[in-house]
Amino acid sequence: MATGTERPQQRPGGVHDASRAAIAARHLRTDRWWLAPAGTAAGLLAFIVYSTWRAFANADYYAAPYVSPFYSPCLAENCVPMKGGPNWEIFGSWWGLSPALLILIFPLGFRLTCYYYRKAYYRGFWASPPACAVAEPHARYTGETRFPLILQNAHRYFFYAAIPVAGILTYDTVLTFRDEHYAWGHMGLGTVLFLVNITLIWAYTLSCHSCRHIMGGRLKHFSRHPVRYRLWGWVGRLNTRHMQLAWASLISVALCDFYVYLLASGAFTDPRIF
Amino acid sequence: MAQVERQQWDVVVVGAGGAGLRAAIEARERGARTAVICKSLFGKAHTVMAEGGIAASMGNVNEGDNWQVHFRDTMRGGKFLNQWRMAELHAKEAPDRVWELETWGALFDRTPDGRISQRNFGGHEYPRLAHVGDRTGLELIRTLQQKIVQLQQEDFKEYGDYEARLKVFQECTVTRVLKTESHGGSAAEQRVSGTFCYERESGRFFVLEAPAVVLATGGIGKSFKTTSNSWEYTGDGHALALLAGAPLLNMEFVQFHPTGMVWPPSVKGILVTESVRGDGGVLRNSEGKRFMFDYVPDVFKEKYAESEAEGDRWYEDPDHNRRPPELLPRDEVARAINSEVKAGRGSPHGGVFLDVSTRMPAERIKRRLPSMYHQFKELADVDITAEPMEVGPTCHYVMGGIAVDSESAATVGVPGLFAAGEVAGGMHGSNRLGGNSLSDLLVFGRRAGLHAAEHAAATGERPAVSQAEVDAAATEALAPFHAVEGAENPYTLHQELQTIMNDLVGIIRREGEMAEALEKLAALRVRASRAGVEGHRQFNPGWHLALDLRNMLLVSECVARAALERTESRGGHTREDCPSMERSWRPVNLLCRPVDPPPADPAADRIALVRTRTDPIRPDLLALFEKEELVKYLAEEELFE
Amino acid sequence: MSTYDASFRIWRGDAEGGELRDFTVEVHDGEVVLDIVHRLQATQASDLAVRWNCKAGKCGSCSAEVNGRPRLMCMTRMSTFERSETITVTPLRAFPVVRDLVTDVSFNYQKAREVPAFVPPEGVAPGAYRMQQIDVERSQEFRKCIECFLCQDTCHVVRDHEENKGAFAGPRFLMRVAELDMHPLDAAAEAGLDRSRTAQEEHGLGYCNITKCCTEVCPEGIRITDNALIPLKERAVDRKYDPLVWLGNKIRRRSDDR
Repeated sequence: MATGTERPQQRPGGVHDASRAAIAARHLRTDRWWLAPAGTAAGLLAFIVYSTWRAFANADYYAAPYVSPFYSPCLAENCVPMKGGPNWEIFGSWWGLSPALLILIFPLGFRLTCYYYRKAYYRGFWASPPACAVAEPHARYTGETRFPLILQNAHRYFFYAAIPVAGILTYDTVLTFRDEHYAWGHMGLGTVLFLVNITLIWAYTLSCHSCRHIMGGRLKHFSRHPVRYRLWGWVGRLNTRHMQLAWASLISVALCDFYVYLLASGAFTDPRIF
Repeated sequence: MAQVERQQWDVVVVGAGGAGLRAAIEARERGARTAVICKSLFGKAHTVMAEGGIAASMGNVNEGDNWQVHFRDTMRGGKFLNQWRMAELHAKEAPDRVWELETWGALFDRTPDGRISQRNFGGHEYPRLAHVGDRTGLELIRTLQQKIVQLQQEDFKEYGDYEARLKVFQECTVTRVLKTESHGGSAAEQRVSGTFCYERESGRFFVLEAPAVVLATGGIGKSFKTTSNSWEYTGDGHALALLAGAPLLNMEFVQFHPTGMVWPPSVKGILVTESVRGDGGVLRNSEGKRFMFDYVPDVFKEKYAESEAEGDRWYEDPDHNRRPPELLPRDEVARAINSEVKAGRGSPHGGVFLDVSTRMPAERIKRRLPSMYHQFKELADVDITAEPMEVGPTCHYVMGGIAVDSESAATVGVPGLFAAGEVAGGMHGSNRLGGNSLSDLLVFGRRAGLHAAEHAAATGERPAVSQAEVDAAATEALAPFHAVEGAENPYTLHQELQTIMNDLVGIIRREGEMAEALEKLAALRVRASRAGVEGHRQFNPGWHLALDLRNMLLVSECVARAALERTESRGGHTREDCPSMERSWRPVNLLCRPVDPPPADPAADRIALVRTRTDPIRPDLLALFEKEELVKYLAEEELFE
Repeated sequence: MSTYDASFRIWRGDAEGGELRDFTVEVHDGEVVLDIVHRLQATQASDLAVRWNCKAGKCGSCSAEVNGRPRLMCMTRMSTFERSETITVTPLRAFPVVRDLVTDVSFNYQKAREVPAFVPPEGVAPGAYRMQQIDVERSQEFRKCIECFLCQDTCHVVRDHEENKGAFAGPRFLMRVAELDMHPLDAAAEAGLDRSRTAQEEHGLGYCNITKCCTEVCPEGIRITDNALIPLKERAVDRKYDPLVWLGNKIRRRSDDR
């Protein structure tokens, strides 16, 4: 080809690489592609702000018989005593910060390494990419090939850890069938909220991609493992809704905490059903 | 003198569909350095459109099946015009060809005991089609493509070059098969010496020198207006063979698939797989009547259900019931639909209704016919689980093709030239059964590759490519750029050609119309000699079409001329003026030979027709049929033999 | 039947440069973008380069970007646009341009060659292959792929970072690794080839940050991310990052019935 017809300027890599079609725009999308990442970012940000405040608050997390899921199990000596509740003083008196910080690491890690949340925050916060076929602003990209993002491969361990946590939250939910005097056989509005929350937490936890893999995904021959094939199928069906469950459970857990906050701070009284 | 790059190969395969790739794999495995050349990207060949399956009498679903039954079905479907030896080899070797695919990684749908599942199809007595949902062609192409990659990986290990012994030249077109110079002798002594090609991307010419060339270019559908075929189907291989001196066989037999989409106009002709009917879909006219029951021809009367109830029972209990007439061979169904529409009982867009929605639950439809569901949803906005499809006949396949030797796929009279797949004629007689195409590709693709490799190995000195021929080919290919004033637009010429063939040599033919078509084709040839294009040689679709026009015009002339000659109706050739099948025509083959030397005047005929007689069918094969049946087909004199 | 004039902007040019050109072209009922491009060829720009083939969404040739989104032109119905809308069609922007709407997709063919082929099981004759439907279904989903390369085009790992093309196979070919790894009779392991491990170490699985654009653009609706890439990541974790699994395998050796 003719030499001398040099391009106006040496363009950087990506869609403006010299070999690609010479189109100046970073993208030509005409739809509102920014809506989804913006919504995601706003939603996650709201949760982060709220949960940071609540986790550091170290107050208003117990209103008998409800314990905020942010503070359960409560592992330090400075925890409010909860009758029959999840008090385990594994950490002694030296822990002076909010006990929520001790336990929140696990659900936080589980969600942070979750395959759905990764997509959400890579897109929403890191713009990598902001949306499909919209050029990302970064000059270099190594994905999850090196530290720290290679740690995302630890998702499975957080899944393992998420199961006992969900178990304890289930226990907390059972405890909500008491009244404020710890008498069994009662229900309040909080009980309903807790029930919804724990259902969503379990659904989210079990719909996890790692869970799907462990249940049966790693097999080569389903036909030789009929039970695990069935389990894989069930988890697979839940898994198609992993995103919805991730959001629903995130909202419900925050809602439960907020409900407890309202009760504990005296702003609201739990309407009793029976 | 044209300076073009020359490369030396042992075998050149033209076309990368099922037959071409299978031929290339075989040639390479037999030690020949093999080049594959194709117009599209590697893996995009028209074979991907095949939906139903690969016919092979593995007997996985019904143990009664064997090669004899398959052979019988094939002969019946082709109305006994098939090259019987090809039909025999095909039926015998098809199962091995399918099983072989599995060892290359193909994943067919399975039976409960883990074998390859087989489905029912029009004209096949037993469930016989190995399939993957309704995307069997894609599976076939992908498997062959991946096998080629595997061979290339082997070569990479050995030579450090993926393309050391097997190379795919994608997006290249062959415009001429080159032959050795004749040394004063007759044309018959000229051997194949290579191919003249151009790269579509750059327009650059190049020559592949090889002692053996396999043509596997597929069909001719793009000469017709309503067709299920893609742009590639311009009859290139047919024309290349003719131009090299090899005759074509029985070109009048063109299959119109009964069920193509009729709406919207932009997708008119796109195929609706026969599996829709195989799985329970029924055809209805505007009055809601299952009209196929009125169209069962006498030769098939005992084999098909007489009532809707019996036909419906057959899906569940095929051993004690006869199949519904929706599953008659394609030519019968296409004609029936044509008649219904003509009688004013068609659907709003000029087809008939094909309904599965009332026959199967939605879930089952989506599972069994996923790509049909997808195709109608996306292209026509029709939900086939809730409403019927509108369908009508579409040009689908040409049974005629290059005359070949049954065993070796070698063409007649041009040493070193082979042909396999749709471009080769004879195997399917006057009408092809669904599913027999994919198996044909594999069986004869392999045979062509095998014999081409052997031919190449047996060739002592490489046949020389004559510079004069290369120069002539280059001049011919560049002609559209030198068109003088009043140049014709190739797109316009193409549309006119399609209209002529569709209207005058289409599904129902009449003597006067075909004569008219031949006149019009001559006029079109004159105009096509003036076809001109704008721009330059780099990826210029107008230029490519101008070059393909030569092939389409040549092939169309063959179809029209042969169709005019055959004064009967049989399989894919229906004459309104000669409506019945004549037994006396059974042993008659029509060969289209190129006029030699080619006339300078574009208006002059290029094709000369020759009548030949087929070899008598071997007695042990005849013995597979009932006497009463043979009487319906065979000519008087054949019965006494 | 109704007809109207639509405004199109189509990128025309080659490796040396090019621009978006405006066209006004007639549109009929039921047409798709590819029909319009063909009409332009036949009436206004006979040398407009475009790749296409089956026109039914089965061959994956006519990939392009319509209004900035990677699409098959034959499956993009005109009725999905407003009549007043200007429709922009460009070539795929992750690959080198050849001319007009045609790009050089050889990257993909190169990557295809780097994935080791199916390894047939030893001692099983052709015809003796036995597989259960439930065991082949996962790989069958991936074999629906029509190789339109829209996923390769949209994946930001290579679209936005030319320098990653060497190290990253792209969703299509990672899915191919998954397909073979899930093939019930693939004998790669017996031949000493650990497909899950090579996915991570040789085909760049770690570059994938599961942002799912490949799944979004797949015209075949293959759930590339959920069913191929994430399971492959989990399998790589089995091999490389899970001491429990590693220990288990050490103790049991490789149990045959996996």
